[in-house]
Amino acid sequence: MTQTNPRVIAQPTPPPPEIEEVPSYRMWKWYDYFTFNVDHKLIGIQYIVMGFIFYLVGGAMAIAMRTELRTPDPDFVDPSLYNALLTNHGTVMIFLWVIPTTIGGFGNYFIPLMIGARDMAFPKLNALAFWLNPPAALLLAVSFIYGGAQAGWTSYPPLSEITAPQAQVLWVAALILIGTSSIMGSLNFLVTIWKMRVPSLPLLKMPLFCWSIIAAAVIALIGTPPLTIGLLLLTFDILFGTSFYKPDAGGTVVLYQHLFWFYSHPAVYLMVLPVFGVMSEVIPVYARKPIFGYTAIAYSSLAISFVGLFVWVHHMFTSGTAPWMRMFFTVSTLLVAIPTGVKIFSWVATLWQGKIRYTSAMLFAVGLLSMFVFGGITGVTLAAVPFDLHVHDSYYIVGHFHYVLFGGSVFGIYAGVYHWFPKMTGRFLDERLGKIHFVMTFFGTHLTFLPMHNLGLSGMPRRIAMYDPQFQALNQLCTWGAYLLALSIVPFYFNVIYSWIKGKRSSGNPWNALTLEWTTDSPPMIENWEVLPVVTTGPYDYGKDRQEEVRQTD
Amino acid sequence: MNRTTSLVLVIIAGILGTIFSFWFGLNNHLLPEQASMQAPLVDDLFNVMVVIGTALFILTEGLIVYSMIRFRQPPGDETDGADIEGNLPLEIVWTAIPAVIVIGIGVYSVEVYEDMGGLHLASPPGHMHVQQPESPGTEMAGMDSAAMAAMPPGSAMAATMSADMAKAAPVIPLPEAKEQIASSYYGIGNRLSDEADEIDLTVNVTGMQFAWLFEYPDLGITVGELHLPVGRRVRLQMKAVDVIHSFWVPQFRLKQDVIPGEETRLQFVATLPGTYPVFCAELCGSYHGSMRTQTIVHSDEDYAEWVKTSQVAAKPSKVPMTVAQLSDEEYLAPYAQEIGLNAETLPKPSTRSF
Amino acid sequence: MQIQDSAIDAQEALIQVAGHGEHGVHGDHGDHAHPDLRTMGLITFLLSESLMFGALFAVYFVMKGRLGQWPPEGTEVELLLPALNTSVLIASSFVIHKGEEAIKKDDVAGMQMWYLITAAMGIFFLGGQVYEYTHLSYGLGTNTFSNCFYLMTGFHGLHVLIGVCMILGVWWRSRQDGHYSSVKHTGIEMAEIYWHFVDVIWIIMFSLIYVLTKLP
Ligand code: HEA
Ligand code: HEA
Ligand code: CUA
Ligand SMILES: [Cu+2]
Repeated sequence: MTQTNPRVIAQPTPPPPEIEEVPSYRMWKWYDYFTFNVDHKLIGIQYIVMGFIFYLVGGAMAIAMRTELRTPDPDFVDPSLYNALLTNHGTVMIFLWVIPTTIGGFGNYFIPLMIGARDMAFPKLNALAFWLNPPAALLLAVSFIYGGAQAGWTSYPPLSEITAPQAQVLWVAALILIGTSSIMGSLNFLVTIWKMRVPSLPLLKMPLFCWSIIAAAVIALIGTPPLTIGLLLLTFDILFGTSFYKPDAGGTVVLYQHLFWFYSHPAVYLMVLPVFGVMSEVIPVYARKPIFGYTAIAYSSLAISFVGLFVWVHHMFTSGTAPWMRMFFTVSTLLVAIPTGVKIFSWVATLWQGKIRYTSAMLFAVGLLSMFVFGGITGVTLAAVPFDLHVHDSYYIVGHFHYVLFGGSVFGIYAGVYHWFPKMTGRFLDERLGKIHFVMTFFGTHLTFLPMHNLGLSGMPRRIAMYDPQFQALNQLCTWGAYLLALSIVPFYFNVIYSWIKGKRSSGNPWNALTLEWTTDSPPMIENWEVLPVVTTGPYDYGKDRQEEVRQTD
Repeated sequence: MNRTTSLVLVIIAGILGTIFSFWFGLNNHLLPEQASMQAPLVDDLFNVMVVIGTALFILTEGLIVYSMIRFRQPPGDETDGADIEGNLPLEIVWTAIPAVIVIGIGVYSVEVYEDMGGLHLASPPGHMHVQQPESPGTEMAGMDSAAMAAMPPGSAMAATMSADMAKAAPVIPLPEAKEQIASSYYGIGNRLSDEADEIDLTVNVTGMQFAWLFEYPDLGITVGELHLPVGRRVRLQMKAVDVIHSFWVPQFRLKQDVIPGEETRLQFVATLPGTYPVFCAELCGSYHGSMRTQTIVHSDEDYAEWVKTSQVAAKPSKVPMTVAQLSDEEYLAPYAQEIGLNAETLPKPSTRSF
Repeated sequence: MQIQDSAIDAQEALIQVAGHGEHGVHGDHGDHAHPDLRTMGLITFLLSESLMFGALFAVYFVMKGRLGQWPPEGTEVELLLPALNTSVLIASSFVIHKGEEAIKKDDVAGMQMWYLITAAMGIFFLGGQVYEYTHLSYGLGTNTFSNCFYLMTGFHGLHVLIGVCMILGVWWRSRQDGHYSSVKHTGIEMAEIYWHFVDVIWIIMFSLIYVLTKLP
């Protein structure tokens, strides 16, 4: 493997000619990606590719919705179809795009590589976890035969019990499959990180991505089971005549909301914590500086997931919620801003006095930083009950969560892909297309989601296919923004497909990064290393007098 | 640039940022007019949060943009940046300041919430056993849920029987209120006077797919639009027939879910005559978006006028039976005109078909 | 599937050397070894799983809180048979532990015996539950109490069934010579841990559904 001086850097320097050859060891063939293969890297790619496919599906639904919302009248799609679209847009984006791509994809691919393991602790379980996802997607697709689930991704009863119940049951089944997959994956990550690190890698020297995956896995393990029960009861109500959520037979509809949000609030951190991990990997590499406040960032992930377990009622402020709950959950929700702020400020401080390389990965990382701050601050305003009473279930909420989800999670996924593409495929993405992609996405996001705050504040409810004409102008802005976003994916998908086949070849460590995944070839061989690496520096020791054997592997 | 100049620049930027934050916080005009006693309280809170939020936003974005420009890689410089791993005092500061800010926002929110009457619900929610307030017009069989559920399976017949009896003899209130769960009075109470229960006007609100129904029990009026006298203490007692709805008047800054099986309440004083929209804010089916009506806040005279005309119009229409015992058609008949709704336009399945 | 194979050989190898596994990666030697972490995985899983029951218990309390009388008239539970059933299940936890002790002394036959007895006790429990279900005067949909009753006991029964299958699976494998020994019996251990888990959950469930509802 070629060894460059770690202090010399990070532009995608033209690769030395000899790497042009295909690596000598055995590679997976294309058809291996459709099999029950247990290699963590292959599974990682499976997740990421699946995620990007469902991103298109969820995005296409969003485009249909936005087209409908161009005019106040329900003229483009039927209102029940609109509801089915929004339900499945939310479900697909969350459960088949962001969570699988960040945790399943990046997590599976990079956790073993980052900790110097040859695979995950339970490879077969890992493959099984992945293969639960396609059937889940199939169930969602089939549900459209029955009209599609129409009660929102939150699927509150009684609505979910009486509209399109067959589709709803399929939706539940899909979610339970994905939930099971997520539990399997999470316990796999925990055990892997806990037990399979190379001996020279103590916990507090792990790349921060590992910490964020720990935090996310804990959330998934704690949150998913109650959600499963909540959904199970829903199914029993629909199919077997129980009355857990039927008020006229002694049940209560609010119970479902508690079970749902006990999972689904933490689930939003499930979507963002791994992305925070990606941020902590990307920023130091291109700022050429050690990450600022390693321990603080590591522990703040845990703090976020811990506090995040006690804030769920902030989604139910206007439901049957006792005053003390409103007060308690206001305060607990506000507290999340503290550890999140620690992360944000630490990243900014990492930029400070760096020598920032503007690669596409870095652009998306900084873009994320700027967008997430906005989405986070609107989140903080939502935590205040009196104000939330006004904007709950309005477009202000839609604005908030797309800023954190799109401006946060999706930007983070893009940053991760630009950063790790050379590692995963052995080829570079085209930087020029990357920058075009960034500019379009950045402006598209603001254009689409910024006006939504205004709409919500002035009184437009969410989840409606028809609205008052007074809201039309802003809605059209959003729609144009969405079209711009739809266009923005063209350079990206083209770039990925083209570069995967024909891109410039990359060396093992093109960005001169210090974490362990860069100590092996690109793409890494099956079982990752000939000889396991020995860790001699911290993951972010940029700018230090490092001995040259830092990167040593062979 | 030497130290003093940069210090001066930072201070100027800080002052400008602060001024802008305050200006924006106080002049953002993002919210619609204020038409209830609670609205100014909410708006003050919002504006304070906007000031803080804008300042934090300018600060962080400013730092980001500054470092992006100032610390970009000098052309040809392939070396690493400064080796800075942390700075404890700095980290303490940026943990402590947000902590202070959020605690401040928290305390202020609680205060506003208290002033809005949030902590002054007429009867504390929870699983208390109290009597259901009687309001025959909108009483629903669903409300008797606990009693129903408590019956042994064999008594299903008894249940039908009593239902039949109710049909035969109209205007019978529900069978003597059994011990029931207090439909927990979730919502916003009344802090506007200290006697929380002093109410000038009670309106029973019913949410159904996809319409609102407002019943004035003391006046014998039932309409599809909410008419309120300005400056009076109003209590909305809200119930849902089928699925969850949510009552929202943006100009009042108040929203409360209307939940099947629970009664929720809103107490407020409308302060500004005018016509405002009433939205349903909780997804309730295909036509959720069209579940909207108006609330009209009248001056005292106008209100009296309205009451008079409506009472004449509504003469015989005291709803005779409990809702659940009527078909949709019967139930809606008296209001079909008012709310432009009849049995056909109602979506079929509802909770009653469980 | 190279990885899978190598992982499995390595696992065997490691287990030969180190007994229980759970030793982390062995630096430079045993480099391709894949440590056996199944027990730890199972425990993590059970911690997560217990929250499923936690949620069910929460549901139970909410439903209970909503009714004045719990259980409502006509849906009372039987106590005698379930109590018998419970004692069998609790006893089986001790029995299965004997099995583990036996294998630690390399006594495969003993372990087989104890495991078969445990499985029999589990099946007895399930049989008892089925008997109970068929002899109650109310069904799943009768009222919220019966909803909770059937769902909770049924969900637990499903776990007992899985436990029995695991135990029988272990027994089936143990017939192969040398499959388990005093230093290599992760499967046995896992079945035992799972069984204890099922048992503990039952004790809570039994107290909630049967004992507490019988108290005045
Ligand atoms: C990635 C996903 C994600 C993330 C990270 C967040 C983050 C946060 N969210 Fe958001 N949220 C969602 C996804 C997310 N949310 C979704 C999907 C919904 C809607 C669900 C639905 O109904 O369909 C939602 C809804 C939602 C609600 C319910 C609104 C309603 O329906 O009425 C609330 C209320 O409190 C809320 C609050 C917050 C808060 C306080 C944070 C905090 O974590 C934010 C913390 C970050 C910052 C504060 C910025 C950085 C910090 C600093 C710069 C330090 C200084 C700052 C201060 C001192 C304030 N969110
Ligand atoms: C990670 C999560 C995520 C992401 C990335 C997005 C992305 C987008 N979302 Fe979504 N959204 C949610 C999560 C997400 N959303 C959730 C949880 C809800 C709530 C649902 C509910 O209320 O229950 C929601 C709701 C929601 C609404 C509110 C609906 C309503 O309340 O009535 C709107 C409206 O504009 C919207 C728009 C968009 C748009 C324009 C994008 C864009 O960013 C999309 C960009 C992507 C593309 C533009 C790809 C387009 C691709 C093509 C056009 C090619 C198609 C080709 C093939 C399929 C081959 N979303
Ligand atoms: Cu009623 Cu939405
Ligand atoms: Cu939340």
